[in-house]
Amino acid sequence: MLRNTFGLIYAGEQNINLRELVYLRTVGALPVGGRYRAIDFILSNMVNSGIRNIGVIAQRSYHSLMDHLGSGKEWDLSRKNDGLFILPPFSSAENMGTYRGLVDAIKGVMGYISRSKQQYCILSGSYTIFNRTFDDMVECHMDSGADITMLYNEEEADFFRGERYNDVRLHLNEEGRVVDLEINATTSDSKKVGMDTYVMRKDLLEYLVEDCMSRGKYNFVSDLLMGNLNRIKIMGYEHKGYVGRLHSVASYYKINMDFLNRDVQDHLFYSDNQIYTKIKDEVPAKYAKTSNVKNSLVANGCIIEGEVENSILFRGVYVGKGAKIKNSIIMQNSEIYNNSDLEYVILDKSVNIRQGRRLIGDEVFPVIIRKGAIV
Amino acid sequence: MIKKKKCVAMLLAGGQGSRLGVLTKHRAKPAVTYGGKYRIIDFPLSNCIHSGIDTVGVLTQYEPLELNAYIGTGSPWDLDGITGGAFVLPPYVKGERGEWYTGTANAIYQNIYFIEQYNPDYILVLSGDHIYKMDYSQMIEAHEDNKADATIAVIEVPIEEAPRFGIMNTDESLRIEEFEEKPKKPKSNMASMGVYVFNWKKVKEYLIADSKNEKSSNDFGKNIIPTMLMNGERLFAYPYKGYWKDVGTIDSLWEANMELLQEEPGLNLYDDAWRIFSRNPNKPPHFVDKGAKIKNSLVSEGCYIYGTVENSILSAGVTVEKGAVVRDSIIMQETVIREKSKVVKSIVDEEVIVEEGASIGGKGEIAVVGNKAVIRAGASVAAGESVPAKRIVKNTTGGAS
Repeated sequence: MLRNTFGLIYAGEQNINLRELVYLRTVGALPVGGRYRAIDFILSNMVNSGIRNIGVIAQRSYHSLMDHLGSGKEWDLSRKNDGLFILPPFSSAENMGTYRGLVDAIKGVMGYISRSKQQYCILSGSYTIFNRTFDDMVECHMDSGADITMLYNEEEADFFRGERYNDVRLHLNEEGRVVDLEINATTSDSKKVGMDTYVMRKDLLEYLVEDCMSRGKYNFVSDLLMGNLNRIKIMGYEHKGYVGRLHSVASYYKINMDFLNRDVQDHLFYSDNQIYTKIKDEVPAKYAKTSNVKNSLVANGCIIEGEVENSILFRGVYVGKGAKIKNSIIMQNSEIYNNSDLEYVILDKSVNIRQGRRLIGDEVFPVIIRKGAIV
Repeated sequence: MIKKKKCVAMLLAGGQGSRLGVLTKHRAKPAVTYGGKYRIIDFPLSNCIHSGIDTVGVLTQYEPLELNAYIGTGSPWDLDGITGGAFVLPPYVKGERGEWYTGTANAIYQNIYFIEQYNPDYILVLSGDHIYKMDYSQMIEAHEDNKADATIAVIEVPIEEAPRFGIMNTDESLRIEEFEEKPKKPKSNMASMGVYVFNWKKVKEYLIADSKNEKSSNDFGKNIIPTMLMNGERLFAYPYKGYWKDVGTIDSLWEANMELLQEEPGLNLYDDAWRIFSRNPNKPPHFVDKGAKIKNSLVSEGCYIYGTVENSILSAGVTVEKGAVVRDSIIMQETVIREKSKVVKSIVDEEVIVEEGASIGGKGEIAVVGNKAVIRAGASVAAGESVPAKRIVKNTTGGAS
């Protein structure tokens, strides 16, 4: 139980590779896996580690994020002491409301950090999907005498090269110390990929951020980490198990399809550590006599009269008679009327597909229909 | 000082519901699962909050553990406000003596102090036995318009079924002239729903008087209502139109569940303005395998379906393995139906394990399997049979083993 640690989640990521999916929301608010938002994973990981003080740094289009998180009750973070703090930007003399990088964003919430009573901080982004607790990582951080410990996993050749977002490769020496880092490198002989999760002392974070700011440097990885590789001891800590990174539309699609894999489901949802999310009070999914569903995840509130295959149906989706949905991701409250045909499609929330429409995309380039559209 | 309330609801949740057999052996009837997700008590609790009633006393007595845990702070129903909330009220020792709730009226009588804290104009008395959606605020309005002392919600039932209910005979203005409990020859088909609005000051007097009458069975239907009528108090019927289902027997519970599978069920659970709230298990969407076949069914979150599911209702976390068949059945939370087993026309309680090739139910009466029972590989439970909770059924004679 990490009682002496607080969490700081940066949910202000701007990732244009995610196209229409992030026009109206931040990456952390992206719906994944039929029921969740990306940020649910890191938030639950922190809560499951016993962290009771978590700040979420919001930047642009954070309305849907705030809507989702609310008071933090669903993550057990609506507390008398500490709990969940949503930290939107506000214009000040130093900052006009747009952060120039993560370092700048952390500087913007320095008030929250200095008020936090815990001595250690876990800093993370909101676009990496994994399930673990941080107890062992923090313990290792203390034992190794590291200044910063960063989480990584080993991955084979990057499937989504060219459309990467914040792909950090680690080079470690025998001791496990980070000796070099690369960001979005076109080629790299390192299979160790950063998971955007760091442990460090709060006072060190405060110092390093002020230090960078005073030199006009705002980027966390290239300035704060790389610029200090020789001054401070940064250690790598390996995560074993599933990792999904929301780099691009293609990776968004792949991650959702990964959820159809029983091993991935067991690892993410049926370990001792649950992933919490906002509750909707939906009716169990209803299958009509005419329905035919294969290899799919179906959330509550769905009404299915047509055919669904290799797809993810979020809460409250309607599939009319004779409609065929294949290899697709259908977000909350979308309605697909009779005899329409969808393949490799991502429907955002509350999309209405009229009778007999046909939309066919491709695995590497799924058709995306924006929120609320009528086709 | 607690803020005065216009109306406080008192929910009678102490009943055993003995006609539900093994399903209520270790839980109170209002905690019985319905519709693959809900508990019966979700309906009156959700109705309360949607009707603007934010203070609900839940009177428990029989096997209260599961129910108490389920209600908790009341937050799933938004019943955890600053000035109100859901309060579980078990019988307790007062002064030197303590006693069980001896009847519905006695349960309210024993909680006079709870109600008095809110100094309400009215109390709404509810039972935790029925599935329905009702706006109690309209009933309270009718009560006020009629300047009534008591208002009883009634529903029209087929006249041949009327002898099973408490029947109201009214004049044209719906003022109740006569109340007959389970009449052999009913004069009307207006049955009491067990939903009452009382002027608090008035009914309190009756409750106190009733408690002193040793011959009384301390029941609203048998004692309080007839006495009020006899004394010429203004009692009115409030006709309710809409879905209302008593789920007090295995047959009616099964039927009420199956009605949800109709194309347009009488009960609309999809109304955003009148959502039925419940305590949600934290589970991912359910998974349907490529070899699965699901027709005409309700399937909840966290289920794994590899086999065949037809005309059935599956609660959260149920697994139906390859080659297994579930037909015309209700399967409650976390039950596992292993490979090539068969469940037909049955109600299977929570956390039951149906092993490989086992069989439950068939044509005819409904088979019932209690909580955490294990049906061993190849064993069978015949139609109409009932397996007690935690029983391990090994051979083909089913519940008797």
